[in-house]
Amino acid sequence: MRFVDEFRDADKAHALAARIAALCEPGRQYKLMEVCGGHTHTIYKHGLEDYLPESITLVHGPGCPVCVIPMGRVDDAIHLASQPDVIMTSFGDMMRVPGSNGAFFDANARGTTIKMVYSPLDSLKIAKANPDKRVVFMAIGFETTAPSTAMTVLRARAQGVTNFSVFCNHVTIIPAIKAILDSPDLRLDGFIGPGHVSTVIGCRPYEFIARSYGKPVVVAGFEPLDILQSIYMLMLQLHEGRSEVENQYSRVVPWDGNPVALRAIGETMELRPFFEWRGLGFISHSALKMRGAYADFDAELLFDVPGVRVADPKACQCGEVLKGVLKPWECKVFGTACTPETPIGTCMVSPEGACAAYYNYGRLNRQRVPEAISIELSRP
Amino acid sequence: MTNQRVLRADREQQVLDRIERARRRRPKLREERITMSHGAGGKATQTLIEAIFLDAFRNPLLEPLEDAARLPIKGNGEAGGGVTVALTTDSFVVSPLFFPGGNIGDLAVNGTVNDLAVAGATPLYLSAGFILEEGFPVADLTAIAASMRAAADAAGVALVTGDTKVVERGKADGCYINTAGVGAVPAGVNLGVAQARPGDKVLVSGPIGDHGVTIMLARGELDIEADVESDTASLAGLVAGLLAAVPGVRALRDATRGGVATILNEIAKAADAGVLVVEDAIPVRPQVRGAAELLGIDPMYVACEGRLVAVVDGAQAEQALAALRAHPLGAQAAIIGEVTAQPVGLVSLKTTFGGTRIVDLLVGDPLPRIC
Repeated sequence: MRFVDEFRDADKAHALAARIAALCEPGRQYKLMEVCGGHTHTIYKHGLEDYLPESITLVHGPGCPVCVIPMGRVDDAIHLASQPDVIMTSFGDMMRVPGSNGAFFDANARGTTIKMVYSPLDSLKIAKANPDKRVVFMAIGFETTAPSTAMTVLRARAQGVTNFSVFCNHVTIIPAIKAILDSPDLRLDGFIGPGHVSTVIGCRPYEFIARSYGKPVVVAGFEPLDILQSIYMLMLQLHEGRSEVENQYSRVVPWDGNPVALRAIGETMELRPFFEWRGLGFISHSALKMRGAYADFDAELLFDVPGVRVADPKACQCGEVLKGVLKPWECKVFGTACTPETPIGTCMVSPEGACAAYYNYGRLNRQRVPEAISIELSRP
Repeated sequence: MTNQRVLRADREQQVLDRIERARRRRPKLREERITMSHGAGGKATQTLIEAIFLDAFRNPLLEPLEDAARLPIKGNGEAGGGVTVALTTDSFVVSPLFFPGGNIGDLAVNGTVNDLAVAGATPLYLSAGFILEEGFPVADLTAIAASMRAAADAAGVALVTGDTKVVERGKADGCYINTAGVGAVPAGVNLGVAQARPGDKVLVSGPIGDHGVTIMLARGELDIEADVESDTASLAGLVAGLLAAVPGVRALRDATRGGVATILNEIAKAADAGVLVVEDAIPVRPQVRGAAELLGIDPMYVACEGRLVAVVDGAQAEQALAALRAHPLGAQAAIIGEVTAQPVGLVSLKTTFGGTRIVDLLVGDPLPRIC
């Protein structure tokens, strides 16, 4: 398949792996954080860690939009969906995120209508097709998905759709990275920057990481070779004693981002004073809500939202995992009480979550897997 | 490796062992109500079956949980002897009812025929039960019945009994069909995934994921078009050819709900062995791969309706491959992996990229990722 296979070439991977290994200084340990859950997914899905030397550890960061939604917001969403004549729409991987009384799937079993959509525009379609219903879009995600929510709201206003609203849970990546950098129990050497977020915000917002914290950042694409190359670029910076923001994903990410998308966000949304992140607690100016001028599309104003605050389960160590202090398997409940079937923490829900990725793909003692098996690739 | 690393690896292994023990415990159904995940063919479905149905119905004929039950019928009179009969049943609720490559009627016949065929049985007779919604067009029902007849003729089976119920508008989605089937198991044939052993090879009979991707696209919710159609077909002829040519076939499964990944997990679990497959060796049509890539799902978990997974004595794998390829439905068959002694109960995959990862059961339907 063009534009995919080129980025999964094992020969190129071996060559890059050799160059990465050559940059490792003996006795030194390297901890690199991939901020984005999409990267975590790619790393595990393709078995990328097999290419890395022992001295490089990848730490899975907070950039999984589903994983950082606190339980209270899930409860609020289910409360919204339980109101008369409401159809709620949501991205697929939100459907299994547990609130204090089950996830969206369980709510549907009790009678709500929460539909899976691929795009907020599909929600608008549903609203237009069901004028007697009130359609609420469960908006989640970083700057990656916020523009599509914003564009949908702009379109709804332009088309005079009055039965569509947004339950806004959009979050912003920079405050989360800053919270992690300021966390005392953490030692990172560099960041694999989030690719999709950067298509919107560009690379400039990361400059403080390189300048003030002295950590290199390489914005990376999502194919396995992209990530391997980014690791090489990070290791080269560390080797040469540089800390800069570099753009590996230049085929998609413009240095200054996407001004049209940023304008759409700015037009319809504004920063909240603070927002709760699962596992990380309250972070100021880290999330978006609808602007006053778009109040008629703000589900939080149109409906009576209880604003539930639910403490994370005691046993759950999602916060430590999100900050990279613990590896997924080091969490007390990992794989026994907390599994993809019965997730306690959100890291176990989305395939982008560090725990789910490790449980689904990485839970493997590599010494027990036969090195090679003799299968001739005899395609007819 | 430094001492510290060895220690960490040991600690990780302890966690992995503990997880493996937890996975072997009898599953408990925690939900108070049925959710869509319980019908998706993954872990939630297995838990439902084991916690409710197996628990209530438990008997030695049910317990293997194979695609069809094998029933020894004692001979009567002086002839004596006795035969083994295979019995299976399956319900069809596909939406849309008509899709590229077939409709619910073909599917209902082929699905049950295939469950018999992969049990090693010669499919003989089928029943058909219809649940129809008030207002359902008769022309559609006529078309569905005609496809069922054609599929039955192609598979060499007869539809010999049936039932019809009509429910009020809104209580069903047009037309649901249940079929049951019986077949005769030839003497000496005893297939089952528990018989897989290290060194056996794993084969698939053709490109995977066609049916599931076709249905997802036919629902028209995704605005993606691809030149792909359902692979719904009777596997009876393909299986007969394979069993005649290769004595060392241990187990066959048709990869329906849950896809090939789910079958591989069933093999690993039942055989107390590992299964290692090679991503590059698994046939997937480019248009299916493309659609799956766009939708963020893995073809390994996508349903097929005319593909089987075979576990074959390693020494006879080439013979089996040739036998499959000799049949039109198996023209693109491939050896995709083998049964290994370790790691017990796990399916691992050598990725095209050159890494190794687990292929686990899904909890429910594959959920698309948001970005």
